[in-house]
Amino acid sequence: MKYRSVFDIIGPVMIGPSSSHTAGAARIGRVARSLFGREPKWANISFYGSFAQTYKGHGTDVAIVGGLLDFDTDDERIIHAIEIAKERGIKIRFIEEDAVPDHPNTARIIIGDHNGELELVGISIGGGKIEITELNGFELKLSGNHPAILVVHNDRFGAIASVANTLAKYEINIGHMEVSRKEKGKMALMTIEVDQNIDDNIIKELEELPNILKVTKIVD
Amino acid sequence: MFRNVAELVELANSQNKKISEIMIEQEVSVTGRSREEIINQMDRNLKVMEDAVERGIKGVTSHSGLTGGDAVLLQKYIEKGNFLSGETILDAVSKAVATNEVNAAMGTICATPTAGSAGVVPGTLFAVKNKLNPTREQMISFLFTAGAFGFVVANNASISGAAGGCQAEVGSAAGMAAAAIVEMAGGTPEQCAEAMAITLKNMLGLVCDPVAGLVEVPCVKRNAMGAANAMVAADMALAGIKSRIPCDEVIDAMFKIGQSMPTALKETAQGGLAATPTGRELEAKIFGMPLNEK
Repeated sequence: MKYRSVFDIIGPVMIGPSSSHTAGAARIGRVARSLFGREPKWANISFYGSFAQTYKGHGTDVAIVGGLLDFDTDDERIIHAIEIAKERGIKIRFIEEDAVPDHPNTARIIIGDHNGELELVGISIGGGKIEITELNGFELKLSGNHPAILVVHNDRFGAIASVANTLAKYEINIGHMEVSRKEKGKMALMTIEVDQNIDDNIIKELEELPNILKVTKIVD
Repeated sequence: MFRNVAELVELANSQNKKISEIMIEQEVSVTGRSREEIINQMDRNLKVMEDAVERGIKGVTSHSGLTGGDAVLLQKYIEKGNFLSGETILDAVSKAVATNEVNAAMGTICATPTAGSAGVVPGTLFAVKNKLNPTREQMISFLFTAGAFGFVVANNASISGAAGGCQAEVGSAAGMAAAAIVEMAGGTPEQCAEAMAITLKNMLGLVCDPVAGLVEVPCVKRNAMGAANAMVAADMALAGIKSRIPCDEVIDAMFKIGQSMPTALKETAQGGLAATPTGRELEAKIFGMPLNEK
């Protein structure tokens, strides 16, 4: 069951004109922003499939930039997001890709500043609902059927256990979990699917744990 | 958790509850949020819909200039009183158009189930409101019933034009609206399902071919006809007419039709009305040149 809540169907409240191409795009941008943890200095945004064909008409470009500026789907500043980004000195480039993606509404976002960069692939599956399929070269195998969080952490002993313990304390059951890293001792990633909804205060508590760098809810 | 329409109807009947109530209870159990919180959120969504309709029937114009003002024309026409079809149906059409005109103008709307199809559910709701005089609670229930049927379609088929064509968007919205109208009018859960089936059957095969890729032409008028379709199907179901093909099988047929639909007709602005001479001309006027030659 990809859609779990009635508000996936009656909602979101959003700025028009398209739930998948505007609201979904804003949400993909906002997940990237949230994982990056700060406002980027530059962004390269690639559109695939229907996104590439119709992004101008649907305001996909302004919406995704709005998300990068941390605007929610119903924030009217989305309409002027590209101008606002320009005023804030963010360099933005849009690329229309010819490659045929697995999903018709696919965007790849690479954002960064002098301290680092982040690459993310998101798909917009309809009605404003999104899935993140790739992060920093890690392929995410999320079913999308359960609430999920991404945890960026330092590859150290105890990091995984501390996250699992905290979730256990709140009686949150882990249904599926993947841990990946590119290099021993460097940055690593936990993808955790759970059975219960995770409140924002739990996310905050997870972030305060040692060696945990960033926690983001990617599926509600 | 109900997985299809048959289970939804069975749950409602076995517990002697309305479909809206089954949806509310499932939401409580899945999210762990309180009933009050959930109903309040739906009330806020209802307010957004109300505001969009009010704004639209006063008149808006989109940035491209392609759409806007038709809701006003229809309201004035209804006021004159010499219409042919019927006041409630035309009011529904006008309010569906109003919502989508606001959407096209990058206004604030509530997706039901998507933004491109956001007119049908509120359009029918606010028209039927004048006929049935529901309480605020009953109007909120209308949205939960619509949501329950949309939930089944989204999980078993698709509500995305890019994945399933317009039948998945306006088709789903119209089916959801028809079911919700039936419940508000006092129909049974079975009649809700029949109304959804009858509506969706008549939306099968509808392609997504937006001119210039904008959610305007033909989206606004497809919302108009989605609302009209929902109203008529609701009356048919309330009269006791049944769909020979069960609702779940209609939803499955819609999914399969969507899968076999060519990409050119699924929100890529490459085929259908988007590729007509006038469609291309409008596109060139708005973007300086056709999208596929830029």
